[in-house]
Amino acid sequence: MNIEAIKSIYAFEMARTRRTLMQSVVSPVVSTSLYFIVFGAAIGSRVQEIDGVPYGAFIAPGLIMLTLLNQCIGNGSFGIYFPKFTGTIYEILSAPISTVEIVIGYVGAAATKGLIIGTIILATASLFVDITIAHPVMMVLFFVLTAVSFSLFGFMIGIWAKDFEQLNIIPMLVVPPLVFLGGSFYSIDMLPPFWQAVSHFNPVLYLVSGFRWSFFEIADVNPWISLAIVVAFLAACLSVTAWIFRTGYKLKN
Amino acid sequence: MAPIVRIENLTKNYASGFQALKGVSLDIEEGEILALLGPNGAGKTTMISIVCGIVTPSSGRVTVAGHDVVKDFRRTREIIGLVPQELTLDAFETVFNTVAFSRGLHGRKPDPALIEKILRELSLWDKKDTVLRHLSGGMRRRVLIAKALSYEPKVLFLDEPTAGVDVTLRKEMWQLVERLRATGVTIILTTHYIEEAEEIADRIGVINRGEILLVEDKAELMKKLGRKQLTVELSEPLSAVPDALSAYSLRLGEGGQSLVYDYDTAGERTGITGLLSALAEQGLRLKDVSTEQSSLEDIFVELVGEAK
Repeated sequence: MNIEAIKSIYAFEMARTRRTLMQSVVSPVVSTSLYFIVFGAAIGSRVQEIDGVPYGAFIAPGLIMLTLLNQCIGNGSFGIYFPKFTGTIYEILSAPISTVEIVIGYVGAAATKGLIIGTIILATASLFVDITIAHPVMMVLFFVLTAVSFSLFGFMIGIWAKDFEQLNIIPMLVVPPLVFLGGSFYSIDMLPPFWQAVSHFNPVLYLVSGFRWSFFEIADVNPWISLAIVVAFLAACLSVTAWIFRTGYKLKN
Repeated sequence: MAPIVRIENLTKNYASGFQALKGVSLDIEEGEILALLGPNGAGKTTMISIVCGIVTPSSGRVTVAGHDVVKDFRRTREIIGLVPQELTLDAFETVFNTVAFSRGLHGRKPDPALIEKILRELSLWDKKDTVLRHLSGGMRRRVLIAKALSYEPKVLFLDEPTAGVDVTLRKEMWQLVERLRATGVTIILTTHYIEEAEEIADRIGVINRGEILLVEDKAELMKKLGRKQLTVELSEPLSAVPDALSAYSLRLGEGGQSLVYDYDTAGERTGITGLLSALAEQGLRLKDVSTEQSSLEDIFVELVGEAK
């Protein structure tokens, strides 16, 4: 295994994060604070507790997931798209490194950045509301598996995208509806039966539900089913990535 | 000795239907400098890209130091260096970091002292902390070379290293190539500039429309170049070459108006003095005398022209 290459790609990507510290860290913190002020304090004070959890605290896991998903997809996709765009990808393709090593480098860095920012959001949230973590191990497991899966998903978008529009279309148009309709701000029990059924086709529901369960022990779906869905999503992303590198799809002529 | 790079019946058909390589075979010997000459779109870059792993071949096989470039890519890519034709560099990285990055990608442990040496050699040391997008074209070219040298390759591909480069830098590149060769590095360079091939190559290959038209030792080619032609225009036309001049194997030009003499400038005696005296003895009046030398450029144009 070419450990030096993995370290190089990882360090290169983390250096890019440091260069863009303001937009990477400050902007998600500001936007999350706004959510807490609007939904948590202003509206939340008039909303009943949900399953015994104050509304402000109830939305915290969903907001962390929203940020984590955006960050991981954004970083995962940009990290590989940019070398394709500038042409520096030649260096990665002509280096003695395997698919697995390339993915570990890029996806590892994207997930790390997502986890750092997710943790900062968690700390920000605890300034606004009381947060307790009932199952820390499961919380970390959901946190890490989601970060890795969606960084990998972003990586695939980055390879697939042929221009900046395609690069942005999924993070901009697909992720927010999934997150907003995935029970981030409400329990799906509040929905009419038809929409409850539809919600079960939304993968983000399982992430948010499982993640929230690890905090407050309340869930829309069984947490083990949630975990299984996350693992299945990760496995699907891994196999598509393996196929991409085997065939050279959009990477090699 | 087995060639360090062996290319066998390599073909490449792009998805667009364009056939970039039509069964190319080429052996590259260890330690040599091979120049590949060819017009734009001849297949030079495609061939290099296949050896380096950037393009997948349609058929055929390439081995480097005995290892297959597809199956055994780790072994081959560890020893291959590539300086691409396009000035592709990450815009926001610094010179030093981008060179160190290349070294790491090739599995080598960090070696700041070596990178300093390379940057100094390429007159880049004072720019080591400069962000790449602030560099001039010539500087960017040097950075690409520094990146390729950072992992100490045994085989170095230079894809048009002097395209768009000023005269001073071009001379420096040639010196650098010489120094690398002295350390045992095999160098394959593509170029449009015939004088570049003449200046630094040991062997010269001509490639056009996906086919190798010729690969020859430069010395052999230079012998051909050494052939000169002396044409003597006569005042009065002749019907045949006079017998007294048969020793010179002269040819009669068009309409008997001239005599053509082939000679070798590399030889000690060209025979020109004797020929001119013999012509005078025969009482032939000369109108004009001219000489012509075939250049590599003529050979190239002829080969490429024939292929069309």
